[in-house]
Amino acid sequence: MQAMLAGFAAIVIIAIGANLVLDQIGFSSQDRYSGADVRLDTMK
Amino acid sequence: MLRMALALVLSLIVAIPALAQESDRTSTGGAQTLEDIMARQSGQNVDSTFRSGNTGDDARAKDMREQLGTLGGVSDPELWRAVRYGSADTRVSNQSEAADVLMQDGGMWWLTFRDGPVRIYGGWLLLGTIGALLLFFLLRGKIGIDEPMTGRTVTRFKAIERFGHWLLAGSFVLLGFTGLFVLFGRSFIAPYLGKSFNSNLLIWSKFVHNNVAWAFILGLVMVFVMWVVHNIPNKTDITWLRQFGGIIGKAHPPAKKFNAGQKMIFWSVILFGTSIAVSGVSLLFPFELPLFAKTFAMLNWTGLPELLGFGVLPETMSPQEEMQFAQLWHAIMAFVLTAIVLAHIYIGSVGMEGAYDAMGSGEVDEAWAHQHHSIWLDEVLEDEKSAAKAKSGSATPAE
Repeated sequence: MQAMLAGFAAIVIIAIGANLVLDQIGFSSQDRYSGADVRLDTMK
Repeated sequence: MLRMALALVLSLIVAIPALAQESDRTSTGGAQTLEDIMARQSGQNVDSTFRSGNTGDDARAKDMREQLGTLGGVSDPELWRAVRYGSADTRVSNQSEAADVLMQDGGMWWLTFRDGPVRIYGGWLLLGTIGALLLFFLLRGKIGIDEPMTGRTVTRFKAIERFGHWLLAGSFVLLGFTGLFVLFGRSFIAPYLGKSFNSNLLIWSKFVHNNVAWAFILGLVMVFVMWVVHNIPNKTDITWLRQFGGIIGKAHPPAKKFNAGQKMIFWSVILFGTSIAVSGVSLLFPFELPLFAKTFAMLNWTGLPELLGFGVLPETMSPQEEMQFAQLWHAIMAFVLTAIVLAHIYIGSVGMEGAYDAMGSGEVDEAWAHQHHSIWLDEVLEDEKSAAKAKSGSATPAE
């Protein structure tokens, strides 16, 4: 049971970590289509 | 007479598509005709080279310095045709290959296929699997343990093995549900629970799907490394399969750590899981890891697609088409693996007495182990015996 809970906890930790990393490296579709010259992108 | 009528009907059936494809376009000055439009609407394959190549010619235009000179030999329709067929000289500030594509009509084929066959066959595959398992449970019931429980247990899976299994299993369940929400949400959730609810659910589903994917990949690698040695097929598998693993009938064929059924599950998880992971990573990093043009080129080289009637597969495609193929492949593989995993969940929970303990506490009763994995139990007991002997031997004081 403990191993199962540890596995589930690891899923949460990995997911949060992955989100932080993926956000940093900018590989979203939005980033692939957009660029620094695009003024319509108000999120940046 | 009947034979002649049949020949006439057959020749008409053969001739109609041919007529549609070789239509005379002089009446429209080379532009598409009503026959072309009708053929396309009825789903026939229309050769569109007469349009895709018709994108104007600057060389034919009068020089602008001449009297009645023009600014070029390309009209607006010709320019848009070039944009549509991807031959226009498009330049965007982003300077990426994907952003250069302003129109992508391959997207319609993908959308139709995703919303049609993928959802229909995929959805019915999962419902059919659940129905079949329910029927099997009603007919066969729970597979019990024949011999009385001994009260003595052996360790079936160590903590690290159970951790790896649940890392893979937990992430698979999350990915499965969120994937299904993304695929079916607009049709089956939005009409009943509202578009706002569906929108929020899908935003969260996308977040979970993109980030939990890494836990799935790690779990897949762990499980492969820990269990591949035990999953190499051997002679005992033939006996096990011949007796249907004792699932049908009353026999209990001998098995090592994993029986033939478990080996099939293992290799399905590894092969389909890897395929899903690779296509998923390709989708996570849009346009960076194209897989399909190269794969199709290799398949074409073997000649298999033509032999099977698929024709020559496309070897050049826009970056968006690469992503569309990756999405379809990802979804189809995921449906197949989910159906297999449903059967695994069934046999590991309600389908078999004592099966859950192996992955829950890791300890199984010797009676259970003897019934399902007799060769493995003998090996474990032998190891325990020799370990105990070695211990008692080393504990003997030196004379």
